[in-house]
Amino acid sequence: MKIIVCIKQVPDTTDVKIDPSTNTLIREGVPSIVNPFDMYALEESLRLREKVGGTVTVITMGPPQAKEALREAISLGVDQGILISDRAFAGSDTLATSYALASTIRKIGAYDLIICGKQAIDGDTAQVGPGIAECLQIPFVAFVKKIEEVSDQTMRVERMMETGYDVIELPLPAVITVVKEINEPRLPSLRGQMRAKKYEPTLWTSSDLDVSEERIGLKGSPTQVIKIFTPEIRKAGEHLEGDPEEVADKLFQRFKEAKIIP
Amino acid sequence: MDYGFNELQQMIRDLARKIAEERILPERARLDEAEEYPKEVMKTLSDSDMLGIYIPEEYGGMGGGCMELSIAIEELSKVCGGVAICYAANVLGAYPILLHGTEEQKKKYLPQFATGKMFAAFGLTEPNAGSDAGAVETTAVRHGDTYILNGTKQWITNASEAHVFTIIASTNRKRGARGISAFIVERDTPGFTIGKKEKKLGIRCSPTCELHFEDCKIARENMLYKENRGFRVTMNTLHKARPGIGAQAVGIAQGALDEAVEFAKNRVQFGQPISSFQAIQHMLADMATQIEAARLLVYHAARAVDSDAKDAAKIAAMAKVFASDVAMKVTVDAIQVCGGTGYMRDYPVEKYMRDAKITQIYEGTNQIQRTIIALALVKESSKK
Repeated sequence: MKIIVCIKQVPDTTDVKIDPSTNTLIREGVPSIVNPFDMYALEESLRLREKVGGTVTVITMGPPQAKEALREAISLGVDQGILISDRAFAGSDTLATSYALASTIRKIGAYDLIICGKQAIDGDTAQVGPGIAECLQIPFVAFVKKIEEVSDQTMRVERMMETGYDVIELPLPAVITVVKEINEPRLPSLRGQMRAKKYEPTLWTSSDLDVSEERIGLKGSPTQVIKIFTPEIRKAGEHLEGDPEEVADKLFQRFKEAKIIP
Repeated sequence: MDYGFNELQQMIRDLARKIAEERILPERARLDEAEEYPKEVMKTLSDSDMLGIYIPEEYGGMGGGCMELSIAIEELSKVCGGVAICYAANVLGAYPILLHGTEEQKKKYLPQFATGKMFAAFGLTEPNAGSDAGAVETTAVRHGDTYILNGTKQWITNASEAHVFTIIASTNRKRGARGISAFIVERDTPGFTIGKKEKKLGIRCSPTCELHFEDCKIARENMLYKENRGFRVTMNTLHKARPGIGAQAVGIAQGALDEAVEFAKNRVQFGQPISSFQAIQHMLADMATQIEAARLLVYHAARAVDSDAKDAAKIAAMAKVFASDVAMKVTVDAIQVCGGTGYMRDYPVEKYMRDAKITQIYEGTNQIQRTIIALALVKESSKK
């Protein structure tokens, strides 16, 4: 099975600070990590490879330092990493990113399954996974919490829902995004880390890919950020205590006071 | 602090620390309480190549030595001395094969140890033999191409989990230490059974059991080194493993100190944190100073072992005795700093003290270590 995992390098939000004047993330001096949800995607790809054989290729789009994210994936045991990096991609929104990643996957050629984390912790949009599937015109399932079965042409997965889960069978190739319930990511091995230290990922620029200039970078990004703000914190609710009858009485009184009921 | 670690050593330190913090910390209290072997953690350690760091690359290991092992053991011990010995006990079982095995023996077992497919244990101690290794009563009688083992071993670390044991037995009772031999015994050998599991003060997740041999037939090719030369195998193994016990002691002491410092910063009495009182400050300062001295002596000993230095056995004994005495003192003081909280089992400090005690006892008691050091001094002096 040929598996492709898309990962993103993000600021480590466990010690991120917000600039109060602009309400945006202060990125300077913040260490970068692999998006935590992508770690579950990587782990699932490695487990699939252990089970059915094949290869795992990891791709990421970002500045040259995103190489480090690919090296981390290598230390966990993936076969190869590809960095898509070019000034022409700067300012990409989720649409342009999906297009660039899909174009990369097309260039790789042979693939059976594409796995992404459900969303990135910096933007939180959850749009790139489905965006890639749309560009490639292949099936897509979000929020996968378990891969039940895989065959040459199909797979059966469980999609996490608010009230339970759906069981979905889909033809391959396909794109799935995974939630943290799917597995417990492994730690790197010493051999993996030794390999990662020396590993130079393949670098592809926009000229290596069959992309239209109109659809990449700022030009290809219709999203306009009007305002970024921290949602107001809701006031804490009031807790009524007592046995059910007492509580019902108290609630009734409150409704009356608030003139919700006469 | 830069201790002059090379790239592999730094990698080992960072990865061992990550494993300890992410996988051992959440489990240590439960494992201790339930006296349960840390199966999952051992799997993580083997998946991350940690079990093979001291095994040469040609046998599937990472090609490190005593220094690399000491670094890993120290990091694991900072969080749990029990899990650390589950890890390190394999080394004691594997060293005799690594040091004295034939090419076939090495090829057969070392790659299995390096990948965690097999675990190992070392069987020397008996009801009437331990410090006095020459007094072992387990016998190995030669019959053609086999040896027949009879006897009982006790307090064997890792016994219930190990697949391969290095067993010290007497091949000539009259000759004492000059009449003992070392054998490789596989777990499923007929006549070999694992006996009762002991209940211990500390390192409670590490299984310690009796071994019974009843007309247990061992092929002659499973003898290590030469007949009646088992004392040399034993001493070489223990000398090389000793810095590892020193590292365990340093890790335990450091873990206890870290808890004590954190507690002292947050505990307020008389309107201020107790870390602002000189009485507490001086205790913490002494604890930290002793740990740092012990650490450097352990690293020095590990490097001496790795470079085959002439006085490596003496330095290794010094490192073991000093570090374990420091660990005992520091962990007792850590409880004192934490007061009543430190004494409670809901809090990890008392466990550090319970785990520390064994480091003064096993792999050669501290009294035996002092004898080794003194004999080395006398020997050096008479050569001058």
